[in-house]
Amino acid sequence: MTKSKADEEEYWNSSKFKAFTFDDEDDELIRLKESRQAVNSIRPLVDEDDDEDDVEKVSWSGEPVGSISWSVKETAASNQRTDREPAFPKIPTDTPSLSKSQSGYSLSSLFKGKTKGGNFQSFTDTFSESSVRLYAPELRKPKSEYKDYVSDWSPEETIQRLQQGKTAPLEKFRSLQDKLLLLDFAVSAHDGNVITAVLIYLKRTLSKEVLFRELESRQTALRHFIHYLTETKDQRLLLELLRALGRTEDVALLQYKEHLSIADENKRRDFLKSCLSLPFSAEDSAHVQDHYTLLERQIIIEATDRQAERGGKVEIFQKFPRRASILNMPLITTLYYCCFYHYTEAEGTYSSPLNIRQTFKISEKQYFVTALAARAKLKAWLDVDALFTSRNWLGFTRKKSPLSFHRVVDILQKNSAPTRVLQDYVGLVEDPDTRISLAQKHKCHDIVINTYRDMKDRQLLLGYRGKVGRGSAEERKIDELLNNQQIRWKN
Amino acid sequence: MAAHLSYGRVNLNILREAARKELREFLDKCAGSKAIVWDEYLTGPFGLIAQYSLLKEHEVEKMFTLKSGRLPSADVKNIIFFVRPRLELMDIIAENVFSEDKHHSSRDFHILFVPRRSMLCEQRLKEQGVLGSFINIDEYILDLIPYDGDLLSMEYESAFRECYLENDQTSLYHTAKGLMTLQALYGTIPQIYGKGDCARHVANMMLRMKREFAGTQNQILPVFDTLLLLDRNVDLLTPLATQLTYEGLIDEIYGINNGYVKLPPEKFAQKKQGEASKDLPTEPKKLQLNSAEELYAEIRDKNFNAVGAALSKKAKIISAAFEERHNAKTVGEIKQFVSQLPHMQAARSSLANHTSIAELIKDITTSEAFFDNLTVEQEFMTGVDTDKVNTYIEDCIAQKDPLIKILRLVCMQSVCNNGLKQKVLDYYKREILQTYGYEHILTLNNLEKGGLLKPQTSSRNNYPTIRKTLKLWMEDANEQNPNDISYVYSGYAPLSIRLTQVLARPGWRSIEEVLKMLPGPHFEERQQLPSGLHKKRQQGENRTTLVFFLGGVTYAEIAALRFLSQMEDSGMEYIIATTKLVNGTTWIKSLMDRPESQMT
Repeated sequence: MTKSKADEEEYWNSSKFKAFTFDDEDDELIRLKESRQAVNSIRPLVDEDDDEDDVEKVSWSGEPVGSISWSVKETAASNQRTDREPAFPKIPTDTPSLSKSQSGYSLSSLFKGKTKGGNFQSFTDTFSESSVRLYAPELRKPKSEYKDYVSDWSPEETIQRLQQGKTAPLEKFRSLQDKLLLLDFAVSAHDGNVITAVLIYLKRTLSKEVLFRELESRQTALRHFIHYLTETKDQRLLLELLRALGRTEDVALLQYKEHLSIADENKRRDFLKSCLSLPFSAEDSAHVQDHYTLLERQIIIEATDRQAERGGKVEIFQKFPRRASILNMPLITTLYYCCFYHYTEAEGTYSSPLNIRQTFKISEKQYFVTALAARAKLKAWLDVDALFTSRNWLGFTRKKSPLSFHRVVDILQKNSAPTRVLQDYVGLVEDPDTRISLAQKHKCHDIVINTYRDMKDRQLLLGYRGKVGRGSAEERKIDELLNNQQIRWKN
Repeated sequence: MAAHLSYGRVNLNILREAARKELREFLDKCAGSKAIVWDEYLTGPFGLIAQYSLLKEHEVEKMFTLKSGRLPSADVKNIIFFVRPRLELMDIIAENVFSEDKHHSSRDFHILFVPRRSMLCEQRLKEQGVLGSFINIDEYILDLIPYDGDLLSMEYESAFRECYLENDQTSLYHTAKGLMTLQALYGTIPQIYGKGDCARHVANMMLRMKREFAGTQNQILPVFDTLLLLDRNVDLLTPLATQLTYEGLIDEIYGINNGYVKLPPEKFAQKKQGEASKDLPTEPKKLQLNSAEELYAEIRDKNFNAVGAALSKKAKIISAAFEERHNAKTVGEIKQFVSQLPHMQAARSSLANHTSIAELIKDITTSEAFFDNLTVEQEFMTGVDTDKVNTYIEDCIAQKDPLIKILRLVCMQSVCNNGLKQKVLDYYKREILQTYGYEHILTLNNLEKGGLLKPQTSSRNNYPTIRKTLKLWMEDANEQNPNDISYVYSGYAPLSIRLTQVLARPGWRSIEEVLKMLPGPHFEERQQLPSGLHKKRQQGENRTTLVFFLGGVTYAEIAALRFLSQMEDSGMEYIIATTKLVNGTTWIKSLMDRPESQMT
């Protein structure tokens, strides 16, 4: 980094990086190949089964034989084999499967259960000591633990006991001051479990107004309370709290999030409609409006198209049956669908691509890419052609595109366009090098030949002669060019 | 079995042994034959501590996965549930216990909570009316799990989200507890440094806990000289970049979970000689990856571009070793050769595996898509055009590339530009919502809360200053024979590791300005040692630092720290601890709302 200023300028302005060198990739590949050959050539001297005698044994699924997860499967399986009775009851598929996405124990993981009935109303009931034996290894045992027989604990001691997983009645703290002291000690202990325990007690014994007011000046406790309400799905109280705190955007997002759990599309639409009046930020508000408008349309389009498909009279649905419903699909997917099934519709209909483009202010590029892909998929090459020429308002016959022709060729090729279509667009790629490499890749011989001719490069043309079919039209064309006396070759 | 844990500077096997001892003690409390019912998530982390054989020695005869309904029958005296303290698991346990009572009556029930008991869970069991059925309710404190000879992980996936989005500091509490355990085994760590709000919290808790233990002096000679606590949000950039070390790429492409990776099976089919190639296996090939495997230990931290050469060198050595058999003439020589065979066979199969993996990765790293993506990342990291809409990102959205890939790039641009211009941010958001669905408003909001995506608030962009001061971009990164940590990202030196490096020499005082630009406080604390425990350092003896990444660390960062440990003149050895091993994809995913709904 001790470069001169000028050097540096130049460096920042260039965007070529040689890092993660790809230059010597051949070399690298050869080395990998060497290694592969060596591996293959060392013939096992003993049977493969003894291969891993000295290392851990690994079953095919890869678990070392004897590892816990392997053994769980093994013993469970053997159990099923030996016992006739259906040992593992078949679990209906809608049983909530255990999420593996979270580990550890945290607020978020504490409450994920189905809340049944009262929300831990009896929480502060003390557990009988006998059923609860503390298991703490010697090295972590703080000396305060030996005071177990005392029963009149201060707020601080109470928190310590809770932290150690022991009983400590909270009911004896009756005054607001004591309760807040309890909360403050819990917060300074940083143990989420204990903070939540105290909060539940406070929630039960304080009026909402007092609780909200006190939480406002205790941000950590407040965050834990919000989390607790979220996890126990106490949406009503949570929204009340957030409103009381003036956190309107959070209220809006939280409410909006609920739409995810509404399966019925009409109910979902109505719910989204009710979200429109929520105090979102300006930009989110526009997005939510679009979300509602989109679903509303999808419901109409879906109903109409399903009927058309069943009726069996509309050709396109017969030729290309719909794979899935369009409901709840993203906007661009919906646009693609409409470009596929409703391309020629007048701008007045809900399913007209142009109407969708306007309503949702889809960028020119996005619209173009989507329409191109949809029409190419249908092999409607005339439509594809028109996409480019229609924007030719100056009367030129040249094709224009908001997208580089390189990308256009990519999209067409992915939709298996034939060479004769591809070459029209390969020919429009401006940079000669890119054009030639694309043309070679897609076997657009004419373009390669013409480009070499324009470059007056006799050698390259001669070289290319070997790559076209013998006696083919391309070969004849090359020969004609090579024999053409009027071309002044540069080599 | 876990010898590789004791090879390092600090013998982490002590920690593992302590954990095993506790496990045995608990098992012995439940006298008689037993069956364990597992919360499936725990089998991975537990696998790092114990094998089935240990459980078997303590009369564990059956093991099941926790599922609702009736428990499988097993002729044992004890049924032990190994579970995380989660309410939905309590409901399943209650169901198990209920249906059990009707059929058998003689079996005893126990619960082992990992890593902590939860009063709320016990309360739930009580509500369900089954709390009284349990003879033992215990906790098994598994905060820091030894992952490798120099690596500890809490395997706590949601730590970053909880800390920075939800402001839930429970994971920090466990971190502090884990560090206390560590100090109980390895001595008080005299010096604590930190950067970030979470780091400050953890240090505060540790000091407070130490006061609570006052009176019981820790008489162990300190193994660690320094603890460095680093918040992940001090360096949001590094996990977003594509890791380019061998291990990093395996994780980026296939995902390493609890030390295991699942790979497409095609490349691993073993064809025996004279045998027609049978049907290829369809199940993924699962491999364990750690430093117990000699070859893996050698190549894991290399830049991927240096792996081919290392493998081919190894291949030659092994081939030569096998050729030796032709020279073995006398009985003694033959005997000697045969005695080495098992080791050679293991080396051969290890070489075969890694050659296959390297081939799989090579297919991806040589693809155009990989190159284009990397080019854009490097442009951002060097500060090229970070203030405009990027055409490549635009194209990727138009092609509907995976959303996480898009988010990684957009966040990276935002971080490298100290926030995006409102116009640019709005454009990206709009394109993303239109293409992937409006419900991702929620995810975008999460990313903003976490600071990964934000509008530019001041016209001043700090990133170039940070980059230049800390030398985050090295132009001539040497991938084959590295002389700087920047080799792990082929040019980019991870910010987090630069901070670590500067702390060791010349000290953070030299970069005060930059530290102030990064979020959260930086601090230093000292813990008093009882007299007599002060180390008398031999001349030239290395110091040992424990670096704790709060909110996750990548394999490339680990590789960079290992590189620093091995540098001859660094004078410092690093042990690494983290809440979870992450990469850009798993990290972003943990910040999404309903990530499963977007996998298109």
